[in-house]
Amino acid sequence: MKFINYLQSISGIGIFPMISLFMFFTFFALVTIYVFKADKKYIEHAKNVPFEN
Amino acid sequence: MEIEKFQYDNKTVKWFAYATIIWGLVGMLGGLIIALQLVFPVLNFDTAYTTYGRVRPIHTNAVIFAFVGNGIFMGVYYSLQRLVKARMFSDLLSKIHFWGWQLIIVLAAASLALGKTTGKEYAELEWPIDILITLVWVVFGWNMFGTILRRRERHLYVAIWFYIATFVTVAMLHIVNSIEIPVTLFKSYSYYAGVQDALVQWWYGHNAVAFFLTTPYLGLMYYFIPKAANRPVYSYRLSIIHFWALIFLYIWAGPHHLLYTAVPDWAQSLGVVFSVMLIAPSWGGMINGLLTLRGAWDKVRDDVVLKFLVVAVTAYGMATFEGPMLSLKSVNAVAHFTDWIVAHVHVGALGWNGFLTFGILYYLIPKMFQTNLYSKKLANMHFWIGTLGILVYAIPMYWAGFMQSSMWKDFTEEGQLQWQFLDTVTRMMPFYAARALGGTLYLVGVIIMTYNLFKTVAIGKFLPNEDAEAMPLSENYTPHSKDHWHRWIERKPIQLLVVSLVVVAIGGIIEFVPTFLVKSNIPTIASVKPYTPLELEGRDIYIREGCYTCHSQMIRPFRSEVARYGEYSKAGEFVYDHPFQWGSKRTGPDLVRVGGKYPDSWHYNHFIEPTSMSPGSIMPTYTWLLDDDLDVSSLKAKIKAMQTLGVPYPDGFAEMAEASLRKQSQEIQANLKKDGIETSSEKEVIAMIAYLQRLGKDIKTVSVNNTK
Repeated sequence: MKFINYLQSISGIGIFPMISLFMFFTFFALVTIYVFKADKKYIEHAKNVPFEN
Repeated sequence: MEIEKFQYDNKTVKWFAYATIIWGLVGMLGGLIIALQLVFPVLNFDTAYTTYGRVRPIHTNAVIFAFVGNGIFMGVYYSLQRLVKARMFSDLLSKIHFWGWQLIIVLAAASLALGKTTGKEYAELEWPIDILITLVWVVFGWNMFGTILRRRERHLYVAIWFYIATFVTVAMLHIVNSIEIPVTLFKSYSYYAGVQDALVQWWYGHNAVAFFLTTPYLGLMYYFIPKAANRPVYSYRLSIIHFWALIFLYIWAGPHHLLYTAVPDWAQSLGVVFSVMLIAPSWGGMINGLLTLRGAWDKVRDDVVLKFLVVAVTAYGMATFEGPMLSLKSVNAVAHFTDWIVAHVHVGALGWNGFLTFGILYYLIPKMFQTNLYSKKLANMHFWIGTLGILVYAIPMYWAGFMQSSMWKDFTEEGQLQWQFLDTVTRMMPFYAARALGGTLYLVGVIIMTYNLFKTVAIGKFLPNEDAEAMPLSENYTPHSKDHWHRWIERKPIQLLVVSLVVVAIGGIIEFVPTFLVKSNIPTIASVKPYTPLELEGRDIYIREGCYTCHSQMIRPFRSEVARYGEYSKAGEFVYDHPFQWGSKRTGPDLVRVGGKYPDSWHYNHFIEPTSMSPGSIMPTYTWLLDDDLDVSSLKAKIKAMQTLGVPYPDGFAEMAEASLRKQSQEIQANLKKDGIETSSEKEVIAMIAYLQRLGKDIKTVSVNNTK
């Protein structure tokens, strides 16, 4: 069952998946860059929060 | 600055722990009962309150919202205080939260047994309880944020991010999916209809799995695995990526529950793509949990807590590998509507949620009672019997799923369907029996645990308030000059909440905007008409009895399904279905085109004793439908509610509805009389027959007209 009529009748529907993928990619890239740039001392501190009591 | 002294609240944690155990036993017992009902239909006891269709929602709601729900709160109340070095914000709020949640559970169980249900899976509770859930959830959030804002540790540990995302997303899901028009105190109609309702419901359903069964438990994993192993998490960097990627991707994946249905193709594809991508963050999290134990695997041999946690995380890994695979259309074509899905969810429920909860209980109870676990041996026994239970449950269900699916699709050389649907049911009996055995083993394990923990409590001395001390946060925090934008989020809980909400809302909005456009773009089928008053009442009985728990109303566009059930389902057929009743499991056959397939008398006799019409059937008997008079007192209100929702009944139809209902009832009564059945026209069964005989008729009229 190809619901091709939806793709035709809703103008520009094809852009939706592209927008989503683009947003995710950007977001993911930003988080990854941050994570690798993050200060090592800070990460060590955060990691050990559960053990400070 | 002086060190501040304060106390952690263990009392609330203890209450939630007890509630977790008690509701766990109740919910799992419910599961065992319905498992046995499939093997021995006599266990339905010919009573409305104990039939499969009503007990199954009690089971699912109990294990998800009562067992896991209390488990979440137990773990959050324990870990949050220690991660932010502060007592819970308000003892009163903790109390209201605890008792409010238990009240919801009791009301839920009672109302579901009474057949008060919205008919939307995992969101069956009626509107007054929905409102109560919202209020109690707000109390939980208030208490949590109050605590976080008073914290003595500036950095919010990753577990807390998961808690915050859970809070905000569950709130959003619950509110959006529960929008309904109340008719009476315990009856409402979903605001959405058909395809839209299906999309909203599975956006909710899938993300209830994500944000109720997964994210809070991942938060618990990030706290309790390091604590139990006494070493920090493997990679904190990975946990940050894990968090954001997981919450971003999960929210999109809902439509994978609707592959090959009448949902638009683009929405299905979007769901598939995001579901497949989900494997990355899910496995990132699993690996992070397991690698935390690197170099400490010897501890796993001795420490029963770690054993449970390790199997839990492994089960999580298996279930989250299987999930994306099941989202591939070709795999889904085999698995959907079969017991494979039941196996899949139970690997997650029994393995991931169950074992993680047990691990935490074995860790917390001795700690809070300042003693050692009563018996390590019994705990080990629980571990092994539980693991065995999962295997004995899951393996037969996988096998059954494959077998069902291939039997549904088998054709003879002449091109006829090889099997009657009933053949595929009777073949399942040994597997259903094995599944019940697996469930029994698992439940026995939990009973052993209950005994063990009870004994531990008896020998220990409870510490209601645990002393702690920490430096307060300095008033003026001066960020490092090279501070990064993400640090700004990590320090600020409110920002974290807002950003999480934005991240989870994006997926929802992009999926829904076109969904609501679909309304105007659904190819309307002129012959599809609103239900007559009698059919509408019959439909409400169908919902009340939980027929959707075993019968689908969705024919997928496969040769095997079209040959068995008729023309595949179209989006336009469901425009008046508030709520949709597509179902998710075919223990019985699909019913969307059952109208006209059998005479009225067949249905009548089938409700008295299904095996008289279909020998070997495992459907419960529904004799009360024959005895009870149809309650039409809210018919007017129902018609008006439907009109509000846009169902095109003519103006003033509500006033005429009862007359129309009586007329149609008498026709069915006359029909039954022809076949020698004497009954009053006012019985519930008349409405039920009217509804069943209507199903699929609209489309049949079209094909007849076309062939003229």
